[in-house]
Amino acid sequence: MTGAGNDRLNRSGAFRSVRTALLLPSWLVIGVFLLVPVFLMLVFSFLTKEFRGGVIWEFSLAAYDQFIFDRGLFGDEPPTIEWTYITIFCRSILQAAVATVLCLILGFPTAYFIATRDSRHRMVWLFLVTVPYWVNLLIRTVSMKFLIRDNGPLNELLLALGAISQPLTLINTDFAVQLGLFYSYLPFMVLPVYASVERYDFSLSEAAADLYAGRWTILRRVVFPVVRPGIVAGCILVFIPSLGAFLAPDLLGGAKNFMIGSLIEEQFKGNAGNWPFGAAVAMILLSMVLIALMIHARQQSRTEVG
Amino acid sequence: MLRKLTLALAAAALMPAGMVSAEGKLSIYHWFEYIPQELLDKFSAETGIEVTMDTFDSNEAMLANLKAGKMGTYDVAVPGDYMVEIMIGEGLLDTIADGELANMDNIETQWLEVPFDPGRKHSIPYQWGSTSFSVNRDVYAGDIRTTAIVFDPPDELKGRINILDSQGEVMLLASMHLGIPQCTNDREQLKALDDLLQSAKGHWASFNSDGAKDVLVSGDAAVGMIWNGFSSKAREEGANVEYSYPREGLIVWMDNVVLLQDAPNRDNALKFMDFLLEPENVAAVTNFARYSAGVKGVVDLLEEGLKSQPEAIPPADAPAGTFIQVCDQATQEVYDAIWTRLKK
Amino acid sequence: MARNSAVRHYPGFLSATLACLFILYAPLVVVMGYSFNASQSITVWGGFSLRWYHEVFVGTESAKFKSAAWNSVTIATAAAILSTSIATAAALGMVRGGWFRGKALSFALLTMPIMVPEIVTAVATLIFFSAIGLVLGYGSILIAHVVFCIPFAFLPIAARLQGIEPHYEEAAQDLYADRGQIFRHVLLPLMMPGVLAGFLLAFIISLDDFIITNFIKGSGVETLPTAIFGAVKQGIKPNIMALSTLLLLVSSLFVSVSYMVGSLGNRGGRSRSGKRGS
Repeated sequence: MTGAGNDRLNRSGAFRSVRTALLLPSWLVIGVFLLVPVFLMLVFSFLTKEFRGGVIWEFSLAAYDQFIFDRGLFGDEPPTIEWTYITIFCRSILQAAVATVLCLILGFPTAYFIATRDSRHRMVWLFLVTVPYWVNLLIRTVSMKFLIRDNGPLNELLLALGAISQPLTLINTDFAVQLGLFYSYLPFMVLPVYASVERYDFSLSEAAADLYAGRWTILRRVVFPVVRPGIVAGCILVFIPSLGAFLAPDLLGGAKNFMIGSLIEEQFKGNAGNWPFGAAVAMILLSMVLIALMIHARQQSRTEVG
Repeated sequence: MLRKLTLALAAAALMPAGMVSAEGKLSIYHWFEYIPQELLDKFSAETGIEVTMDTFDSNEAMLANLKAGKMGTYDVAVPGDYMVEIMIGEGLLDTIADGELANMDNIETQWLEVPFDPGRKHSIPYQWGSTSFSVNRDVYAGDIRTTAIVFDPPDELKGRINILDSQGEVMLLASMHLGIPQCTNDREQLKALDDLLQSAKGHWASFNSDGAKDVLVSGDAAVGMIWNGFSSKAREEGANVEYSYPREGLIVWMDNVVLLQDAPNRDNALKFMDFLLEPENVAAVTNFARYSAGVKGVVDLLEEGLKSQPEAIPPADAPAGTFIQVCDQATQEVYDAIWTRLKK
Repeated sequence: MARNSAVRHYPGFLSATLACLFILYAPLVVVMGYSFNASQSITVWGGFSLRWYHEVFVGTESAKFKSAAWNSVTIATAAAILSTSIATAAALGMVRGGWFRGKALSFALLTMPIMVPEIVTAVATLIFFSAIGLVLGYGSILIAHVVFCIPFAFLPIAARLQGIEPHYEEAAQDLYADRGQIFRHVLLPLMMPGVLAGFLLAFIISLDDFIITNFIKGSGVETLPTAIFGAVKQGIKPNIMALSTLLLLVSSLFVSVSYMVGSLGNRGGRSRSGKRGS
C-alpha cells in the first residue's frame, strides 16, 4: 500500500522536480536580452523627448498625455479626448482579428488535412506550406500587389472566366490589408494546429459517430475541444504579430492610414523622432496584450487543475 | 582583374575582424547598392585600405542607429541634405579643416556654399537630383507644370495619385503650392497647410516611396511624386510618363559624404573623400546610380543616355531648386501633428 | 475501415488546403516569372533573359548577396536549433511542471518577444548591446534572433505537449526509466510534430527578420532581408527575383533530400524498434 502511494507521488511528474532547471534557460535568455531592454523602453516612455530622437533624463508624462488628450494643432487649446490613437488601435485590432479568422477558416482545414495524410507524406505537405517563406516578405508582398492590382492577372482571370464584368478594386483597400496579413502569417496557424491535430485520436470521432453525431457536430463538439491548445497557439501567433505589422498594410493598403506598427515606427524612424511617445504606444500595446494573455494563462491553469 | 578581385574578396573573407592591415581600415555607413563594388575595390587597390561597409535604408534610420550607440564605429556616412544639417546640430559630425582635402576645388561652385552645410566644413557632394511628380501622358494631356496636379487634380487624375511617404518632401511641395515659406510659424499658414493636405488626401490613392517607380510603370497610378532619376527609369521601362517642373517651385536633394565625429580612421576617411572628388571616380557612381554628381568635369565621363535625360535638364524658365529646410522644434511639432492627422 | 475514413475526412478540406497553397504560391509564380525578365522592371515584361541570374552569380554585387544569403541561412539554422531546444525545455517545465507561483507570469515572459513591437525591441536592444559593450556583428544578430524565435517555437511545442496524456511517462516510470530515458524514448518521439512545427516557424521567422537585424547588425554583416530592403533605394530589380527563385530552388532541394533521408531513416527506425519489440 505504502509502495503504491510512493509510486503515485513519483508519478505526479517526472519533470516536476526539475521544472526550474527546465525553465531557467528561457527565463535567462529572454530576461536578459529582452526584459532589460523593454524595461529601458518603459523608463523612456516616462522621460522627456529629445528633439530629433533620443531622450532627456527628466521625468515627464507628456507621452501619455499626447496619447490621451487632444490639445489642438498648436497644443494650446483646452484638452479634449484624443480619438486619433484610439482609432488607430481599433483599426489595427480589427484588421488583425479579421486576418486571424481568415487564417483559422482556411488554416484549420489545411492542418487537419495534412494531419490525416499518410505519415510519410505529412512532412512534404508541411514543407509545402513553409517553403514560400524562404522568399523575403517584402518580395512576396510586392508580388501579391502585382497579382491583385486593377489590371493585374487576378482581375484578368476573373474577367476571362466571366465571374466579374468590371475589374475589382482590391489594391489600397482594407481587404487587401487583411489578405496581406493572412498571407504573411498563415503557417503560424497551420503548424501549431497541425501539431495538435496530429495527436488527435480518431477513435473519439468514431465513438461519436456511433452515437449518431453528424460529421460537423463531431468537428465542433469533439475535435475542437481536444485540439484547442493548438488553435489557441495559432491564434496568438497570428493575431499579435498582425497587430504590429506594417509591411502588408503599407504596401497593399496604400499606407494612407496609420496602423499601430507604422505609428510606432514613425516615432523612431520618421521625421517625428519622438522616442518617449513611441515607447509609450508600445507599452500601452504591450500591457493590453499582456493582460489578455495572463487572463488566458490563468484560466488555462485553472481548467488544468479542475 | 577578376582574379585579383577574387583574391581580394577571399582575403577579406578570411581576415578576422580584429586584424588590422598595415594601411588600416575604413568603415563606411552607406545606402545599399548606391556605390559600385568596383569603385571600393579600386580605392582599396590604390591605398591598401581595407573597406568595410554597413548599410541603412533611410536617413532617419541612420540617425536613430547612430544615436542609439553606433557612433565611433564608422568613419564616413552618406546622409541627405537636411540630415547633414540635423547631424551638425546634434554634434555628430567632425570638421574638415582647410587644406585637409586636396580635391576640395573640384566641387562645382553652386554646391560649395549650401544652406545645410555653409562652407562645406563637414561634407562633400555625393549625388544630387530633384523631387517632383510625373504624369502618365496617356491619361492626361493637359498642363502638368503645376502642383495643382497633386493637390487639386483634374477629374481624370483623381484617386490615381501616389505620394512619397516622406513628410519633408510632401510638406515642402504643399508649401510651394500655397506659396508659403517652409517651416512657417504663422498660424494661419499652418492651418492652411493642414486644410490643404486634408482635402487633397481624398484624391490620393496611396503613399509609397520604394514603389514610386513601379506604380507608374504598372499603371496603378497616373500621377506619382517621384525623384527625377526614378522617373527616368520608369520612362526607360516603358511608361509614358513626363516629369514635371512645376512653376511653383522645385525640390532639390543632395546626398553627401560626411566625416563622422569620433571616426576611428579619420585619415583614411579623408583619403576616401578625396577619392570621391576625383571626376573619374564620382562619374562611376553617377553611371551606377543615375543621378547627378556635384563635381567638375564629370559630365564628359558619363554614359550617353545619362547626358540627355529630360528629367535632369530643367526647362529654361524652371524655378531654382529649394532644399528641404530643417524646422525649429515648435514648427516641427506642428508639422508632425499635421502629418499624424493626415494619416490617422 | 470505410466507416473510419468517413468520420476522419471532411468534404471541402482538400479544397481549403489547395486554396491555401494557391494563395501561397501564386505570388511566387510572379517572382519566378519576372526573374527571367529582360527588362529592369518588375511589372512590365520585356522578353526572356538570363541576365539577372548572370548578375546574381558573377555581377558586381554578387559577392555581397551571396554572403548575405549565407549569413541568413546559417543564422536562421542556428537560431532555430537554439530556440527550439530552449523552447522544448520550457514547454516541459510549463506543461509538465504542475502548478507553481508565477506560472502566468512565466507564460507572459515566454511569449513576450512577439508582444513587443519589433522597432521597439530593435532600438532598445541596440541601446542595451552598446551599453554592455557587446560587439555588433554575427553574434549579436544570433542572440537577438534566438530571443524572438523562442515564442514561435514554444507555442506549438507546448500545445502539442498538452495533447499528450501523462500516462506514457507514468508507464515508463513504472518500468524504472530515468528522466533522461523518458524524455528521449517516450516524450520526445511523441512531441516530435510539435518540435518540428516550432523549428520550422523559428527558422522562417529568423530568415525573414529585417527590422531588428537592421539595427543590431554590425559593420559589414548583411543578411538577405537587410540587403533586399537596402536595395530598394534603386528600385526593386529582377535580380532580387532571381535570387529569391534560387533560394526556393535550394529550399526545395533541401526538402527533397530531407524527405529521402527521412524515409530511409524511418525504415531504419522501424526495423530498430521492431528489434526492440521482439
